[in-house]
Amino acid sequence: MAQVAIPEVLPSLPARPAPRRGASAGDAVFALLCRGSAALVLVLLGAIIIELFMGGLPAFRAFGAAFITSTEWDPVQDIYGAGVPIYGTILTAILALLMAVPVAFGIAFFLTELAPAWMRGPVGTAIELLAAVPSIIFGMWGFFVIVPLMAGTIQPAIIDTVGELPVIGSLFQGPPFGTGLFTAALILAIMVLPFIAATMRDVFLQVPGVYKESAYGLGATRWEVMRGVVLPYTRVSVVGGIMLGLGRALGETMAVTFVIGNANRITASVFGPGNTIASIVALEFGESAAGSLKLSSLLALGFLLFVISFGVLALSRWLLRSRLKA
Amino acid sequence: MSATTAPRSSIPGRAKDQSASAALGRRRARTDGIIRALCTIATVLGLLFLVSILATLLVKGASGISLNVFTDVTRPPGSHGGLLNPIIGSLIQVALATLLGTPIGLLVGTYLAEYAGNGRFGQVVRFVSDVLLSAPSILIGLFVYQLLVLPFGGFSGWAGVVALAIIVIPVVVRTTEDMLRLIPNTLREAVIGLGAPKWKMVVLVCWRAAISGIITGVLLAVARVAGETAPLLFTSLGNLNWSVNLSQPMSSLPITIYSYAGSPYEDWITLAWTGALIITLGVLGLNILARAVLRARR
Repeated sequence: MAQVAIPEVLPSLPARPAPRRGASAGDAVFALLCRGSAALVLVLLGAIIIELFMGGLPAFRAFGAAFITSTEWDPVQDIYGAGVPIYGTILTAILALLMAVPVAFGIAFFLTELAPAWMRGPVGTAIELLAAVPSIIFGMWGFFVIVPLMAGTIQPAIIDTVGELPVIGSLFQGPPFGTGLFTAALILAIMVLPFIAATMRDVFLQVPGVYKESAYGLGATRWEVMRGVVLPYTRVSVVGGIMLGLGRALGETMAVTFVIGNANRITASVFGPGNTIASIVALEFGESAAGSLKLSSLLALGFLLFVISFGVLALSRWLLRSRLKA
Repeated sequence: MSATTAPRSSIPGRAKDQSASAALGRRRARTDGIIRALCTIATVLGLLFLVSILATLLVKGASGISLNVFTDVTRPPGSHGGLLNPIIGSLIQVALATLLGTPIGLLVGTYLAEYAGNGRFGQVVRFVSDVLLSAPSILIGLFVYQLLVLPFGGFSGWAGVVALAIIVIPVVVRTTEDMLRLIPNTLREAVIGLGAPKWKMVVLVCWRAAISGIITGVLLAVARVAGETAPLLFTSLGNLNWSVNLSQPMSSLPITIYSYAGSPYEDWITLAWTGALIITLGVLGLNILARAVLRARR
């Protein structure tokens, strides 16, 4: 009945103006622009993969699968292998995480549970600003401040103590150059620290207050709440945050180039010099002629770095998908 | 009988329980205290790194600051050059990269927030954009080298601009999408209910409502690319002579800092520190400004 009444009312309204033709055309154009830009992002990723692979193809052809494991890098005989840079990249990144993760956790715990409310904003911002400092600044600071400190104090101390121990001692021996894999890992750790800490803080903040309050209500201490409630609740996202840091550490270039010592050999000691994929590309690129096998090898290294870091970052995003996007 | 025996046997037991639980409580409090102290130390350590970097830059860079740095071009060691061409080169490349990357990032972010819904295509684009956000910037440089430098016969300012623009895009995408998602749907419904076409809803209402967030994203993107060194190594290369020609190799502040800091000349190293101080203050200033813009609108 009510449905019948409506048509009787409608004719008395002013005739609905026909939509102007511009409107639907404008909609179509704008939607196309947005969709096209979105497609461009995918094209960009595809183009990066293809260009790096095509650039590296001559090197892959010349050396085959052995390119990945070979530790030779001999521009005189035109023989190149990715073994040493891959080893350096992975070793420094993992050492960096070992150093950064506990500190990042401490900062996130402090910022979410321990710090007084007035302190959380400014301290959190300061930590985030550390993430904004350009890579090259970390490199200069590392080279002119940390390297002398390592050579003069820290490395001799470690060599005299840990270096004397059986088995693991051999990892911490050798002359204290100051530069080297360990110093590179330390700088990387400081660089990824704010990324991991900020992600951990954000996911810790998403734990429903009721859960924590019930644990506090049972008399739990703050650490017990963190270990028993917050960490189990956020475990997956915390790993995602650590993976995000790993992805950053793998591809870091300028800071590492300053402090790693740049030698293409695998040393038993973490104090020895080495290189990473990013550092060897940055350093050797200037001495590679266009079209040479050396340049192709550098592009092949770039392709390998892309594959490694894409995998790590994809894993990180997948682990973080549920919590960060809520 | 049990009423008489039970209390007797339970008294020493309860005393033992009490001392045990008191010990447990002390241990729990001690663990808690130690971990709280360690976490506080971790935070102090994190702040110490930032302070140490800023202090080093101020101590080593501030002494080199003079008018000369901003008015004179780079010169050979020992002849009191400045940093005018790197500064101008950086400003040109960063400005053009922002102009190029921002509209694309804005449209992609708009697509993700307003058009994609929960579709597969949108999810893939969001995922790829997020991966590109953290991808090693040196690879962007290598990519643009392959794409623009090799085929078009040489390093150029334009190649640097494109490399930096590619880094700008995902930063703007992320902030734009996040900010558009904060807009309540009732606002959109109100606009559509008035008969406006969707593109007018997005451009005139949603973008305007999210403007502070979008500006924040652009500022963060500028701060990010202003300090980028690795992608420029393979694209705009650097140029020790005065040049504002974008089809020639172009100087930039980060590249100049890199080559000066690695040189054996005392005055070049001092200039590198001065450049590093300028760039860090600029980047951190932009970050603080971005936060202030966001806070002012809320």
